[in-house]
Amino acid sequence: MNFSEAATSGLFFHLAPWLVFFPVIGLLINMIFGGKMSEKAVGTVASLASGAAFVVSVLLAYSLNAVHGELQTVPFAEWIHIGQLQLDWTFRVDSLSTVMMLVVSGVGTLIHIYAIGYMHEDVRFHDEVKRFRRFFVFLNLFIAMMMILVSGDSYLMLFVGWEGVGLCSFLLIGFWYDFDTLGRKSTANAEAGKKAFIANRVGDFGFLLAIFTTFWHFGTLQFDGVFEAAAAHPDPYVISAITLFMLIGVTGKSAQVPLYVWLPDAMAGPTPVSALIHAATMVTAGVYLVVRSAPLYSVVHSASYIVAMIGAVTALFAATIAVGQYDIKKVLAYSTISQLGFMVAAVGTGAYVAGIFHLAAHAFFKALLFLSAGSVILGMERGHHHLAHGHGDHADADAHHEDGEVFDPGDMRNMGNLRKQMPVTFWLYLAGTLALAGIFPFAGFWSKDEILLDAKLHAEHFPGVYWLLAIAAFLTAFYMGRQIWMVFYGKERTEVAKHAQESPPIMTVPLMFLAFLAVFGGALNLPFEGFHNLGHWLEYTIGHVEDLPLNLGVAGVSTLLALLAIFLSWLIYGKNPIKAGQPDPLKKALGPIFTGMENKWFVDEGYKAVVLDPFQKLAKFLSITLDWNFWHDWFHESVIYGFFKWLAAFLSDPVDMGIINAVADWLADLTKRSSESLRRLQNGFVRSYALSVLLGVVAILGYLLFK
Amino acid sequence: MDGISVNYYVGLSTILFVIGATGVLIRRNALIIFMSVELMLNAGNLAFVAFASAHDLLNGQVFVFFIMTVAAAEVAVGLALIVAIFRSKKSINVDEINVLKG
Repeated sequence: MNFSEAATSGLFFHLAPWLVFFPVIGLLINMIFGGKMSEKAVGTVASLASGAAFVVSVLLAYSLNAVHGELQTVPFAEWIHIGQLQLDWTFRVDSLSTVMMLVVSGVGTLIHIYAIGYMHEDVRFHDEVKRFRRFFVFLNLFIAMMMILVSGDSYLMLFVGWEGVGLCSFLLIGFWYDFDTLGRKSTANAEAGKKAFIANRVGDFGFLLAIFTTFWHFGTLQFDGVFEAAAAHPDPYVISAITLFMLIGVTGKSAQVPLYVWLPDAMAGPTPVSALIHAATMVTAGVYLVVRSAPLYSVVHSASYIVAMIGAVTALFAATIAVGQYDIKKVLAYSTISQLGFMVAAVGTGAYVAGIFHLAAHAFFKALLFLSAGSVILGMERGHHHLAHGHGDHADADAHHEDGEVFDPGDMRNMGNLRKQMPVTFWLYLAGTLALAGIFPFAGFWSKDEILLDAKLHAEHFPGVYWLLAIAAFLTAFYMGRQIWMVFYGKERTEVAKHAQESPPIMTVPLMFLAFLAVFGGALNLPFEGFHNLGHWLEYTIGHVEDLPLNLGVAGVSTLLALLAIFLSWLIYGKNPIKAGQPDPLKKALGPIFTGMENKWFVDEGYKAVVLDPFQKLAKFLSITLDWNFWHDWFHESVIYGFFKWLAAFLSDPVDMGIINAVADWLADLTKRSSESLRRLQNGFVRSYALSVLLGVVAILGYLLFK
Repeated sequence: MDGISVNYYVGLSTILFVIGATGVLIRRNALIIFMSVELMLNAGNLAFVAFASAHDLLNGQVFVFFIMTVAAAEVAVGLALIVAIFRSKKSINVDEINVLKG
């Protein structure tokens, strides 16, 4: 049987479970043998495991194409069979899930390779091979969990992956749990991980409620069953409840207003983690969930509108914060939130293809940007190291503690003119920036335009969404321009920036692949007759999709806005580059507005005042007043302990001493007294014994005679 | 022994027994007590043979032999004890032999 026959016959679909097994095998190898393996070997095993999953994804996509996109379910294991609840671990291979598989494993593999080079140079890496191994174990676990998420055939299976990636996110954000981002001893990273986990708990609770409601109403959790039942008897109230509960889950996982606050803090994790989990894949799970549940969302317009508005508001809100950030990764973090807002808005307006298109394109260019930012940070680190130790001195991260003031290699105010020192990274970063800003013909241009076009076409049903997104797109181009000017142009603002060094090929080569995708990724779904590849591909899953031709008006406006924004950013940051110690020029122009942007609109402080402080007060009240004072001091100490003390005293004194002991004493006394009187009989005189015998005999004879 | 009623024998036996019992109870000399015990035994023997002869049965006669045998053995042991006590106490007054007093 040759290859294409195998593909048509559906043989490859049986490989679906290997999407999960390959990463799991990789992590098991690293867990068991990793201790004796070199860093390179550990990284290679992990990358190969992820790469194998990518190969499986490609085979699945190829076979799916060969069978004309017909939905394939691959039963793998029985799981829960309780009455009406019939749940199995089944792999669902359709055009939507294969897109996700390809993105996750493809981008994931590149990031695995990059991480081999990156992790070793992290300031917090103290030549601990165990840490190195643990990192790749977590990465592989993440890939496995993400595969469970996207290939699940029921809401519960999706939820398993959903929670699994949440766990990996937590583990990897707090990966350097004992250092902060600058390599100082601190618990800040662990707290960032905790924050992400708890914010996601809130969202996951909503998602769980959605799952419960689904089962309660439809009696099944299997996707097709739910959608058929929803189509047969659409009950708008129940479906509204399900979709809105689900939306809470989406806002948690995909970092939308109001639960987005965890994502900027998640930048505490190593940069490959930020790229893989918190930009390219995990955070898009919410978008995937909405697209997957499209048959539910399309039933109730109000729920869709709420989704679209949340996405649009998030897109704009996060974009404004990104403008005021100085940390290179924080800018990208808020940018990610903003772009996720674009995707959520797109799927909210029913533009599922545009949402998934942007998801894929964003995975390419945002992973590229994050990894390039990681390269920039390491370049700065190398420069700093070079200055601190002179030439030829070997890496010793402790140097960072010796400096009185800790140098922040991620602060853009410390950079400047890095284009000269790090040309490769510069070009890569530029490609990512142009893609994100939506400049023709980069991937972001096509995907973002499709979202804007959909929003514009559906403006009467979804008023306001287009305008919010358009302004957000303008700000996107502006803050990315600001970043480029601040990081790569102007004059070096520190000595370190002058000595920054380019990253090795193990880091830059994967980036070139990503850059290629960021530049040409738009080819997935070009808005020309006969080129709507992704749209037609997804049609197999989500039904008929309208081919939207390129709308020159919308595309022109958005390109114009982007160019204007970049020009504006050049006027402010490029023409007169800010000097060391000089405040941001926008601060003077915008005044309090910039202060707001700079301080993230004080949302964290607001949450602290509104949610955290009352919550902690409540917790303190519960622990101190209710638990300790009431339960411990009063109930346990006074009531229970007191009662037992009284009971014990009662039982010991009147009962034990008074009754039981007295009986025993009386018996003993009786025996003593009776024996004392009886002992007088034993007087030792033989004659008295003889008399007794005689009397006894007389008595017995008398009895016998006179009875 | 014809002509003499068995009542006389029993009367004599009773008298001998009472004398023996009285001797055991009131005398302090261990030897005398011993002799009194012998007297009681022989009072019993007399009653046995009297009744045996009156009823023409040999049981009583045979019993007397047993009692005489036991009495001989008793005397042997008893006299040995008295001799041993006398050697340690230099007295055979039974009132002085009271170390087992309770």
